[in-house]
Amino acid sequence: MYAYDELDRTLVNERVSEFRDQVKRRLSGELTEDEFKILRLQNGVYLQLHAYMFRVAIPYGALSSKQLRALARVARRYDRGYGHFTTRQNIQFNWIKLAELPDALEDLAEVGIHAMQTSGNNMRNVTSDQWAGVAPGEIEDPRIWSEILRQHTTLHPEFSFLPRKFKIAITASEHDRAAIKIHDIGLKLIKNADGETGFEVLVGGGLGRTPFIAKTIKPFVHGRDLLSYVEAILRVYNQYGRRDNIYKARIKILVHELGIEKFAKEVEEEWQLLRDSALTLDPAVVEDIRSRFSYPAYEKLPHMPDELKRAAHDPLFERWRRNSAFPHKVQGYSIVTISLKPVGAPPGDATADQMDALADLADRYSFGEIRVGHEQNLALPHVAKRDLPALWKALDRIGLATPNVNLVSDIIACPGLDYCSLANARSIPIAQELTRRFANHDTANLIGRLHINISGCINACGHHHVGHIGILGVEKNGEEFYQITIGGRADENAQMGTLIGPAVPYAEVADVIEDIVEAYLALRDSEGELFVDTVKRLGVEPFKERVYATR
Amino acid sequence: MPLVKNGHIATDIFFHAADGTELPGDGPVLVSAARFLGDPEGLLKRAGKVGVIWPNSRDVDDLVPYLDRLAMVALVFPTFRDGRAYSQARLLRERYGYDGELRATGQVLRDQFVFMLRAGFDAFDVRKQADAEAFGETARRYTVFYQPAGDGRLSALNRRIQERHSESAGQ
Repeated sequence: MYAYDELDRTLVNERVSEFRDQVKRRLSGELTEDEFKILRLQNGVYLQLHAYMFRVAIPYGALSSKQLRALARVARRYDRGYGHFTTRQNIQFNWIKLAELPDALEDLAEVGIHAMQTSGNNMRNVTSDQWAGVAPGEIEDPRIWSEILRQHTTLHPEFSFLPRKFKIAITASEHDRAAIKIHDIGLKLIKNADGETGFEVLVGGGLGRTPFIAKTIKPFVHGRDLLSYVEAILRVYNQYGRRDNIYKARIKILVHELGIEKFAKEVEEEWQLLRDSALTLDPAVVEDIRSRFSYPAYEKLPHMPDELKRAAHDPLFERWRRNSAFPHKVQGYSIVTISLKPVGAPPGDATADQMDALADLADRYSFGEIRVGHEQNLALPHVAKRDLPALWKALDRIGLATPNVNLVSDIIACPGLDYCSLANARSIPIAQELTRRFANHDTANLIGRLHINISGCINACGHHHVGHIGILGVEKNGEEFYQITIGGRADENAQMGTLIGPAVPYAEVADVIEDIVEAYLALRDSEGELFVDTVKRLGVEPFKERVYATR
Repeated sequence: MPLVKNGHIATDIFFHAADGTELPGDGPVLVSAARFLGDPEGLLKRAGKVGVIWPNSRDVDDLVPYLDRLAMVALVFPTFRDGRAYSQARLLRERYGYDGELRATGQVLRDQFVFMLRAGFDAFDVRKQADAEAFGETARRYTVFYQPAGDGRLSALNRRIQERHSESAGQ
């Protein structure tokens, strides 16, 4: 975990006091709603259908148990006792009162959490692999660089009023769990021939109404040049990104309109003038940040402890372990994913009681650390394998042992029309119904890895384009309809899904998804062929036939 | 609209000359970019300082040849949501070494002051009287900065290293 120092604490406190003053000026009428809107957005406050929504940053998805307890307190004290984890490793509270926001921010500041730039047209929360620092085969811990970027992008004097929002994601593993190809800037940590750390830089990815997969702008940027190169990209974007049309303002449109070669050339010219400056990262600076990350004192433990051998006789435990415990870089330890997708519940929600209980379990079994992944699940990153049986029992007691990680009911969904003022259709009830349809674990396990993503409108917060099955809510004559795409993916082979045909009404969505899954089971060439690979091999036609033949 | 200059409410000495109107014989004038580029040498030869209002949609490169003879450049914030002029300001100050008055004009509100100061602005056409009066207090709101910028303040990244050095030097 990164530990805030006095400088970090001071800045966050100064920000809270500034926001308190801004809220006061809004409530007294000194600030108009139009003026205040931008200021509240820069502090993560949206006005939704029923209330203000408050989005709190969890930089690169890393939380301490103390921080998780503070989030639980905010849920209890200022909200309705729960929070919603998002696809960008943030947490949202849906029922906050404007006048109480500064107090909530102050409570969070005490544990080193802020809500700066979780919305608005600025650089958003920097996201990364939720397994950073513990994934086997990782090149280097990407959190060091994520933290450097978090600091650099916070209250930036030049880039706080960009044409549109701007999202950066980092991965340091071959298998991309951070979805870097659908970000404005995607950074893949690599080593050059001399063993020096740097990044393949991708630019212009994004979903929404005009989805693009990010393109490589520079195959290797040395670590010391990371900030100057990112700054060069931002400077070109800030000056030339479109501001005449909100739907064309993201950097992906600029990259698309100029072409990646021309855009890369502009950036290169700017970078050549910027690179030898105070932005260059001295190795001592990187080391200083690295030194403020604490790492667990792992024990030397056996690969297969007795506790695990004994528990293997319990089929329910085994089912959970096989599904939710993943290899760790240190022998004798596991990374445990905590599904926030129990049958019949809104994806990504956790109650204050669950958060508190999980914080206690993290202290007991995971060196006090919790991670948040873009799949809207949590993880305990350092669990000794001998503790898995005890952890499982404890998780089960608090409703956090659903063994459906990466399965068909592990659905990513935006809040949709139940909360969001932009939505055309509901997302949560569709997800809830699907988790009921696929509640049988054996069936879900037989189906295997299958990601369903649901967005309630074209803004694509549920990342429907890159779901193996994507469900997009649209409105037709005042009724909720849903477009279905298949074959999308968000990993290192990211691609957009393909539409299978006309939109279907709300009541038929779950049936259609069941049809698609049944078609897949009949079509796959072996049990090992994932849904997304069958779609790749056969195209959408056989699925389309199955869905529309009888409709 | 009150002017804040070097941290204090000040009188605007520039005559704002609309395009097509006759300029006064002497004294400081502020003209549009189009008018200035129409006859830069003529204007610069005139008795009296010259300032230019530079739109945020035009590269500052075109202004560079004249920077050392300009007394003021006014950069425009058509709305406070439009942040192009922050880049222009940093380029003028940090890349081209402009050291005359750099004025923020348009929708200039209290909550942009810190960003603007860091980007190199030293004069502000402030929309609201109360904001102008709160300038000093607002400018002191932050004491920690995460980025190096044209105002020369140390970024937190570098400040930590420096503090570490001075700690070890004191031991």
